[in-house]
Amino acid sequence: MTKHDRSIPPIGQREPVLRLQEVDKTFNGGIVALRRLSLTVNQGDFISLLGPSGCGKSTALRLIAGLMRPSLGRILWEGGQGSDDLGVVFQEPTLMPWATVAQNVYLPFRLRGKSYASVKDQIAESLALVGLEKFANSYPRELSGGMKMRVSIARALVTNPRLILMDEPFAALDEITRQKLNDDLLALKANMGATVIFVTHSVFESVFLSDRILVMAARPGRIVKEIVVDAPYPRGLDWRTSPEYARIARETSDTLTSTLRPEEIH
Amino acid sequence: MAVVEDTTGKAVNESGAGPMFDAEEERFARAQRIESIAKWVLPIFVISLTIWLWDRVVVWNEIPHYILPGPGLVVQTLIEDRVTLGWSLLVTLQITFMALAVAIIGGVGLAVLFAQSRFAEMSFSPFAVILQVTPIVSIAPLIFIYVESRLVGLLLCAWIVAFFPILANTTLGLKSADHNLRDLMTIYKATRWQRLRYLQLPSALPYFLGGLRIAGGLALIGAVVAEYVAGTGGIGSGLAFRILEAGYRLNIPRMFAALLLIALTGVVIFATTSLISHLALRKWHESAVKRE
Repeated sequence: MTKHDRSIPPIGQREPVLRLQEVDKTFNGGIVALRRLSLTVNQGDFISLLGPSGCGKSTALRLIAGLMRPSLGRILWEGGQGSDDLGVVFQEPTLMPWATVAQNVYLPFRLRGKSYASVKDQIAESLALVGLEKFANSYPRELSGGMKMRVSIARALVTNPRLILMDEPFAALDEITRQKLNDDLLALKANMGATVIFVTHSVFESVFLSDRILVMAARPGRIVKEIVVDAPYPRGLDWRTSPEYARIARETSDTLTSTLRPEEIH
Repeated sequence: MAVVEDTTGKAVNESGAGPMFDAEEERFARAQRIESIAKWVLPIFVISLTIWLWDRVVVWNEIPHYILPGPGLVVQTLIEDRVTLGWSLLVTLQITFMALAVAIIGGVGLAVLFAQSRFAEMSFSPFAVILQVTPIVSIAPLIFIYVESRLVGLLLCAWIVAFFPILANTTLGLKSADHNLRDLMTIYKATRWQRLRYLQLPSALPYFLGGLRIAGGLALIGAVVAEYVAGTGGIGSGLAFRILEAGYRLNIPRMFAALLLIALTGVVIFATTSLISHLALRKWHESAVKRE
């Protein structure tokens, strides 16, 4: 894998990768999923989209992924969108059950018409990054939920994309596996200098992982506040148990609560 | 990064149980052993018993062989008439497998066409359904009026019966591809062909194989029924013709012998398609993988 420049400059000095300008998304039937969403994603950002269900965070991700078109507004890639720009991890591992782990990770290359032999090393490297090098020839059904998710992450990483989209990837996993994967994700990010947009409804996950938290509200879906977490990476247990972490989690949680209607707070 | 999931956990547990068997485990093991033997012994025993009873009924009641031949006489006829019946079997097999091959090509081809174009599906699926729901015995006489070649007529009949399960199942399978995987294909800008080749066809494979198992049996039925309708004219006649012919001559043992061959052929086709299905799916599909 050809590495990006691994050193990430501090927030405010990063090169932009992607801009969303005043993006609206209205579904058939007039439901406003997003209203006037503006967002600049910079090289090396780890952005969390945090919000209650129905706030349009997954819609925003699908718009960026090109699976939907905005009703209004524009989504602009800096320097145009190339073919290897995007890696995606869904809430489910979304692996092809008939293919081995290595073949699953090979998929993005295969769709570019590259032969397996020519990208063998990249696939092995990507699997090694997520700790699954020994399982290259296993089938997905032989793996645990956490391991399947790792394969999914390896597949998103393998093309070394400019932007990785993650749609609540760990929501279906147990707490222990989830924390382990959070730690590993940060290690990966430090290793690759990747840019990530991470959708979650967990305040603690977002504070632990990201350097920019975008708190969203529902009806209509919108960003209400950006919270910057400028604790240095790598982060670990020290960060998870620090007063600063608690303070930001508190702030984030309060912001989130303030966006809810009175009847939604129990 | 290290692997979190401990894959050796289970093995430790198993060996931790040690070689000591308690009474309950022994009972369980015995029950399993009995079941694995009974799986084979029981059906063989019941079939043998039935054949023996058949033989006894014929002998005890002194039933003449032109009404009901005993099993011994049927086997004897099978051996004596092996040349005639063998050739007829080959003809039936030829029609069955050619029809099945054309049904696979036609069924999968149409299914792929339907999956690619909704307009094609709207236009042609009514025809497929009409062909399927109209009993083949009622179409066959017309086919033999319009189609000059007897072989082509037989083939057409067998094909009509066999192709629908393949078409219906494969169409369903092509549409059953996982939604997230489809999104992934879109994100990676897969072409139509890549989408078909790497996502839809593998997703459809279990469904297609299920259809194949049904179609294999139906192709044989179609071939036999068509031959009944086609009647006794022409050369190179199959097993159904032999049954008809033997019936006219009151050669009941030969009717049974031909019937036996048809039944065996059906069983072999079913076993073969089941085996193919198992081999193709055993690595990944829930229907074929073994659970502990």
